[in-house]
Parts: sequence; C-alpha cells; structure tokens
Amino acid sequence: MADLRSEFIGIKSPNPFWLASAPPTDKEYNVRRAFEAGWGGVVWKTLGSEGPPVVNVNGPRYGAIYGADRRLLGLNNIELITDRPLEVNLREIKSVKRDYPDRALIVSLMVPCDEDSWKAILARVEETEADGVELNFGCPHGMAERGMGSAVGQVPEYIEMVTRWVKQHSRMPCIVKLTPNISDIRGPARAAKAGGADAVSLINTINSITSVDLDDFAPEPTIDGKGTHGGYCGPAVKPIALNMVAEIARDRDTAGLPISGIGGVTTWRDAAEFMTLGAGNVQVCTAAMTYGFKVVQEMISGLSEYMDRKGFTNTSELVGRAVPNVTDWQYLNLNYVTKAEIVQEDCIKCGRCFAACEDTSHQAIAMSEDRVFTVKDEECVACNLCVEVCPVECIEMKQMAKGSVDPRTGETVGDYANWTTHPNNPSATAAE
Amino acid sequence: MSHSQLTEGIVPGRLDPERYCTNFADVAPPLGAQEARIAADRCYFCHDAPCMEACPTSIDVPLFIRQISTGTPEAAARTIFEQNILGGMCARVCPTETLCEGACVRMDSEGEPVEIGALQRFATDTLMAKQDHPFTRAPRTGKSVAVVGAGPAGLAAAHRLAMLGHEVTLYDAHDKPGGLNEYGIASYKAPGGFAQAEVAWLVQIGGITAVENWQLDRKGDGDLADLLADHDAVFLGMGLSGVNALHLEGEDKDGIRPATDFIAELRQASDLASLPIGRDVVVIGGGMTAVDAAVQSKLLGALNVSLVYRRSRGEMPASLHEQEHALTHGVTIIENAAPIAIHGNGAVREVEFAYTRKGPDGLEMTDATFRLPADQVFKAIGQTLGDTPAKVEVAGGKIKVDGVGRTSVERVWAGGDCTHAGEDLTVTAVAQGRDAAQDIHHVLMEG
Ligand SMILES: Cc1cc2nc3c(=O)[nH]c(=O)nc-3n(C[C@H](O)[C@H](O)[C@H](O)COP(=O)(O)OP(=O)(O)OC[C@H]3O[C@@H](n4cnc5c(N)ncnc54)[C@H](O)[C@@H]3O)c2cc1C
Ligand SMILES: Cc1cc2nc3c(=O)[nH]c(=O)nc-3n(C[C@H](O)[C@H](O)[C@H](O)COP(=O)(O)O)c2cc1C
Ligand code: SF4
Repeated sequence: MADLRSEFIGIKSPNPFWLASAPPTDKEYNVRRAFEAGWGGVVWKTLGSEGPPVVNVNGPRYGAIYGADRRLLGLNNIELITDRPLEVNLREIKSVKRDYPDRALIVSLMVPCDEDSWKAILARVEETEADGVELNFGCPHGMAERGMGSAVGQVPEYIEMVTRWVKQHSRMPCIVKLTPNISDIRGPARAAKAGGADAVSLINTINSITSVDLDDFAPEPTIDGKGTHGGYCGPAVKPIALNMVAEIARDRDTAGLPISGIGGVTTWRDAAEFMTLGAGNVQVCTAAMTYGFKVVQEMISGLSEYMDRKGFTNTSELVGRAVPNVTDWQYLNLNYVTKAEIVQEDCIKCGRCFAACEDTSHQAIAMSEDRVFTVKDEECVACNLCVEVCPVECIEMKQMAKGSVDPRTGETVGDYANWTTHPNNPSATAAE
Repeated sequence: MSHSQLTEGIVPGRLDPERYCTNFADVAPPLGAQEARIAADRCYFCHDAPCMEACPTSIDVPLFIRQISTGTPEAAARTIFEQNILGGMCARVCPTETLCEGACVRMDSEGEPVEIGALQRFATDTLMAKQDHPFTRAPRTGKSVAVVGAGPAGLAAAHRLAMLGHEVTLYDAHDKPGGLNEYGIASYKAPGGFAQAEVAWLVQIGGITAVENWQLDRKGDGDLADLLADHDAVFLGMGLSGVNALHLEGEDKDGIRPATDFIAELRQASDLASLPIGRDVVVIGGGMTAVDAAVQSKLLGALNVSLVYRRSRGEMPASLHEQEHALTHGVTIIENAAPIAIHGNGAVREVEFAYTRKGPDGLEMTDATFRLPADQVFKAIGQTLGDTPAKVEVAGGKIKVDGVGRTSVERVWAGGDCTHAGEDLTVTAVAQGRDAAQDIHHVLMEG
C-alpha cells in the first residue's frame, strides 16, 4: 500500500483527505468519529465572533438534484456558520486536538471585516493549539448580506486586507477559502497571495436554486412558502471546481501557491484529479453528508492502489502533474484527427449514439436494418458525443496516423498546428 | 371433508383452506412506487427501441417508462392505452420474456431486462384505479358495427370503433365478457376479478352495447346475414371454441377432459376448496394451456402432476420461463413422449406413452414405452375453430384474413385466435382487433 502521508503548508496528516468546514465538522462528537473513521484532517465548522451565535432557519435547509436511482448529484444549503457558542467550540477543538495530535485540525473563521474582530478571535484560536486557520470568504447566503463571507470574497482588496491582518496577528498557517461566485477566480487568489496567505482552498458553494415546488410555486427548500438561493455543492460542482483549481495552478502570479481542492470530491478518483491539477490535498463535505464518514475508506484504498500502479511513493508526486497539460484552446493541435469507432462485439444496439449524432450532431452514424451501427468516417467530426451517450462504453476514438487522409476534409494529417497560425484566423501570425 | 393430497381419485379439499388463498395469489405482485422508480431508471431510452418493435401492439415503451420516471404514471398509462387498450391485462399475461423484455438491450449487456411488464402494470393500475377513462369518442358517424366475441380481439376492436364514433354491438356466447381473459388465463396471473374490472373500465368509453348469451348461428340468435343486415360491418373475434382430440381408444373414459374446460371451471369457481382434483394428474401437451393446467392442478393439491410433451423441451410452445414456472411448482416435465393407450375400467387408471424420435417423415414412435398412473387426464394439444359461418373462407383450420383483418366476405373482418394470423397470445389478438377496427373505419368513412 502506497504511503498516503501528506504535508500541506507544514501541516501533517496521515492522508490527504480532510473534511471541509461544514456540518460534519460542527462539533466534537462528529470530529472524533470522523477521525476514528480515518479522515486525515478536518476544517472545523466556521466560527463567528464572541457573543450570541447566529441562528439558522428551523425549516428545511437543504435542496438536492438527483441522477438515476435517486443518486444525489447536487446539494444546496441555506445554512449559516456555526450556531453554537464560540467558547463551546473552542473548548471542543482543544480537547479533540489533544487526543488526535497526528490529525490536521484547522479552524474556519468568519468575523466582521474589521481588524479588531480578527485580532480578537485569532488569539482565542491559538490557545486551542489547532494547526491553522481557514478564512471563510465564501458563504454565499446569509452571511454575505451582513458583509461577511462571499461579500468579502468577491472583492479582492478586502481579501488581501483581511489576510494581511491575519498574518500580522497570528503565527498560524493561514488558508484563504475562495468563493466561486465570481467571474475570474484568479483575482481573489492573487489577492490572497499578496496578503500573505499560505494557501488557498476552493471552492465554497455556488449560488443556486435547486428546484421549485410546482404546487406552492416557491423555490426549494421552502420555508413557509418562500425560498432563497442557497450554496450548491456535491458531484455536480466538481467540473467547475476543477477548472478553478487549474486556473490558479497555472496562473503566472499564483503558480506554486498551495491549494486545498474542494468541490464534489466523492471518490478517490475525484481526489486524484484535483491533486493532478495542483491541489496539495482535498476537502470533502457532501460525500460525507450523503454516505457517512466511512466513504473515506474507499478514498484511501483507491488512491493507494492507484499510486502503487503508477509507482508513486508520495502524494506529492501526484500534485500538479496535469497542470502543464492544461492549455488555452488556441494551442490545441488542429492536426490531431480522430474518428469514432464502435466496437461491435460490445455494442448492445440501444441506438443512442445514432439518435444523438443523427438528431444533434453530424449524421455520421449509419444504422442498418438489423441495428448494426457504424461510423461514417467521411462525416465524423470526432465530437465525442456518441462516446458520452453510449451506456456501455463501446465507442472509442481512434487517432488517424500522420500522413493519412481525413476522408471528411480530404486533407492529409500533418504535424502539430494550432489556431494561432491557421489561415482562417484573421489575426494569425503567419509562419512565413 | 377429510381429504388429503394422498386421497385417491378426483376429490375436493385436498389442502388446508388457507392454502388455496396463498396458492392462487398474484403470481407477480405489483411494484410499489419506489420499486417502479428504480426499475424505470434502468431504461436507456433506446432509439427506435427493440422492445417497441417486439411488442405486437407497438407500445412506445421507452416513452412510457420515461413518463413513469418523471412522476407521471397516468401519462405513461395513456401512452400504453393508445396502442393497447388491454394494456392492463397484457401487463399481467404477456410472455414478456419472449416479447419486449426479450428484446431489451440490457439482455445483451447484463442478461437482466428492464422490467417492462411490471412497469406497464404499475402505470395502467395507477390510471385504472381512478376509474377515469382516458379517451373520449369522436363525433358520431351514424355507422354501426357488430363485434362477435368479447375476448381481447373483440374488446380491442369494439373500443377502437366506439372511440372513432361508431355504434358497436358486442355479442358473446358466454354470460360474462372477456373471452379467455375471464375463462382461460391462469387465475394467479390476473386475480381479484381483474378481467371483469377491465371490461367495465373499457366500456366507459360509451357507444358499446353488450349482448350476452348470444351465439352466432344458434337458432334464435342470428347468423352472419342477419348481422350484415343490421350493421354496416361485422368483426369476428370468436377465438377457438373446439379442442383437438387424442384419437385414442378410451378417450371417453371418466377423468379425461380438455384442459380448457378444467381451467374455465376453475376460473369461475367461487370456492376453490370445493373443486375436485385428481391425486395423479397427467397433462398432455406443451403449450401455455398445458402448463397452466398442470400448475393449477398442483396448486389445488394434486400429489403428482406430469406434463408430457411429444417433442423436446426446446420445441415446447410454452416459453422457458413458463416451463420453469411449472418445474418450480413441482410439475414433472416429460419430453419426447406421446400417448398410445388409455387404461382403466370406466375411469382412467393409467396412460401409456411411447418415446418419440425424429424420423425422415417427422416424429415417429419408438418401442420404448412407459405408463403413468392417472386418475385425471387433461388434454391440451391445441384448440380448434368452432362453427364458422359457411361463407367465410377458412385456411388451415382458421379464418383467412389479409393484413388488416379482411375476410373473404365483404364487410366482414376477423381477428385474434380464430384467424390464421392469430398467435394464441392476448396481445396479438388486441393488435388485430385494433387494426381491423382502423380498417373498418377507413372503409366505412371513405367507402
Ligand atoms: C388456458 C389458456 C391460457 C392462456 N394464457 C395466456 C397467457 O398467459 N398469455 C397470453 O398472452 N395468452 C394466453 N392465452 C392465449 C389467449 O388467451 C388468447 O390468445 C386470447 O384470449 C385470444 O383472444 P380472442 O379474442 O381471439 O379469443 P377469446 O379470448 O377466445 O375470445 C373469444 C370470445 O368469443 C366468444 N365466442 C366464441 N364463439 C362465439 C359465437 N359463435 N358467438 C358469439 N360469441 C362467441 C367466446 O365466448 C369468447 O368470449 C391462453 C390461452 C389459454 C386457453
Ligand atoms: C450544509 C453546508 C454548510 C456549509 N457550511 C460551511 C461553512 O460554515 N464554512 C465554510 O467554509 N464552508 C461551508 N460549506 C461549504 C463546504 O465546506 C464545501 O466548500 C462545499 O460544500 C463544497 O464541497 P463538497 O462538494 O465536497 O460538498 C458548507 C456546505 C454545506 C453543504
Ligand atoms: S464523434 Fe460525433 S460526429 Fe463522430 S460519430 Fe460520434 S457523435 Fe457523430
């Protein structure tokens, strides 16, 4: 079994799987059980300032969307930060950390946007001997309206300012958690770095309405006939999170800034994908909320098996491995020509590739009387739609050899050439 | 009555009274909402779906399953009923393993089809429970059609004709409508009086006048000429009312009867415990009727039930699924054997069989013989057309029809088991009744 020990901004944990700041980490009882189940670390549910805690709604706070067999694909919530008193949380954090010195324990914070508030809470957190803090600049609902959470996270200047205060008033490692509710994630990441953040974590949840009650005509979850946008997370957000992680990893200004990857991590494979795109570790919320703490066991066994297969001995060998292969569209090789090919022995003749290609793509699949489906190379643009809709994965993309002629275009497959030099590009830098 | 399974002869009450209830309960209990949702999720929504092709009534299976999965089972039922107004009965009795489910692409990928039959039942039960008939009649055409036989073919034809705006008179020789749905189908396939409930629901369309205890060509009832005089068109859906004989000496001994008679009696019995059944039952034949007679004999408490078929199991008209059903109920299936003699004094005691083999001119008897003890014998070697109006051309023992059900006589159509196009399947009878109705409509309206 590969060694999964992980070190993230100097914080050690037995594996790179942390629980994200959320209900699973809202109290000692949960966190102890999470550690017993094998989680490498936790980010404690976000703490607010001293004083009366926030209150949550007393009706439903989650909405969801589902795939086949009611598999939960996306979850949305209108929950706020912890609604338990600060002292209780701090006492519990201290007690847990004392008993689990080998696990990472990070404290998530969200206090009003003034230096004194931050200074005050940091001193209290330090006493717990937690391993670090995460600044919650992400929550899209409830707290934003009070000038916190994503209200800060959407303004790079604020991020930089608050991060700087935190680094000034504390010796603890500082992770800045970013909101995805912004058009370009690189701005907030650069600001966090400029403020002295040791790392960024992302994504927090995405503004969303998951569904509408068609009898009451109100968004769900519905509270007394009304609903509000909530934060979206779970498997459905992974593609968005992956892109944002990659954007930061390959940005000249932020390259090398440690990243804790969050958003839809459900299996070892998701975790590995985040790590190859530059995440040093991952955080998980929805998967644990859907299936319980035990899911980490599959993540641990799956990642070790994969690392063994690849001959990696340390998770750091995985981190960022795919980053050099993330590029901009204009650098993609236009002379990479493939054709779909249906493996007839495996085909179950459902005809979904035919419907997809015939109705919505390039009419490149032929269907015979007896339901044999074949690709017409002279029509196939290699879009991959048939591959995606095939329920049994019997369609492959076959690359055409250099020098062969693409029957669709009549052109010979040549060497690497991209859009920047393409004759159709008005601003092509002709290689004359 | 103190009879047990060991009692010799044909006697009632072999089992504890409660056993009859459990033995004849729904063989495939309905899916609950949760089960239906999970089952529906397995459908791939195939293009030009093979299941739809395999359904004799061409129900749009992927569409109705998608409608179930989006929480609209009544819309699903409508999709079904548009093609097959007896979709409820078909969901219960169709040998789906050889029809839609046999064609399901999941058979290729994992050997387990989408449960189309069960899902069809879920949808149709949901809508029928509302007692709300989903169709309305087109403006009246002023034409009237006689439908002879209220089995699946006649019911489907009558419903479609009424829906198209014609007036229908539905004649049947029995005192209850439904045909073999009422008198033939195994009782555990459609328990709870479903056949009658379905007919009652179906005729809610309106425009159908039922005439019971009316037999074509029977004195006092009427003949084809009378019907043609009173109506613009006639549809014959009379099924098969005769049975093939064994042509053996002693065939008339006590204890020997057609399986269909036994089943009809069973279907109409109000108290199954009072229905006499043999201790050693022998069923001769290899189709659905043979299997149903054998299984239901077992369920009534017969000790030994043997089903003897003259060819191999692979050639049996009963599907593999049906055969397994018989085997799991303790029926012994003996293949490649044909009856050669019936022994007994007054009542049957034994049936003697010879093993068969394939010869150059078809099946031939070998010298190897054996005897089976029997106090009751059911003949299930095929049914035949009963009396048919003389002018209607018959081919191969069945009424000759063209692709849309037209017979040799002008203004007379036919469909279902009584035609050479019938396949001894409820669903085929429905398809032919419906298609003939469409053609009748076409002819009546356009000349
Ligand atoms: C025991 C048994 C089990 C079966 N099980 C199945 C099964 O599980 N699944 C399946 O798909 N199929 C099964 N079948 C076959 C199926 O029942 C028939 O294919 C189907 O009922 C044929 O429909 P039909 O309308 O053509 O004829 P029928 O159902 O036979 O209806 C004919 C109607 O015409 C009436 N009639 C007859 N003669 C006259 C007359 N002279 N005048 C007036 N009315 C008349 C009869 O009273 C009857 O109501 C089974 C058949 C039998 C015998
Ligand atoms: C109910 C709920 C409450 C959450 N509360 C917080 C919070 O207090 N602080 C925070 O930083 N993130 C919070 N999050 C966001 C998660 O930590 C995480 O960033 C997000 O759910 C994406 O990860 P996932 O797809 O694994 O769930 C919350 C998420 C959920 C579902
Ligand atoms: S890759 Fe696209 S164009 Fe080619 S066959 Fe598949 S769906 Fe059609």
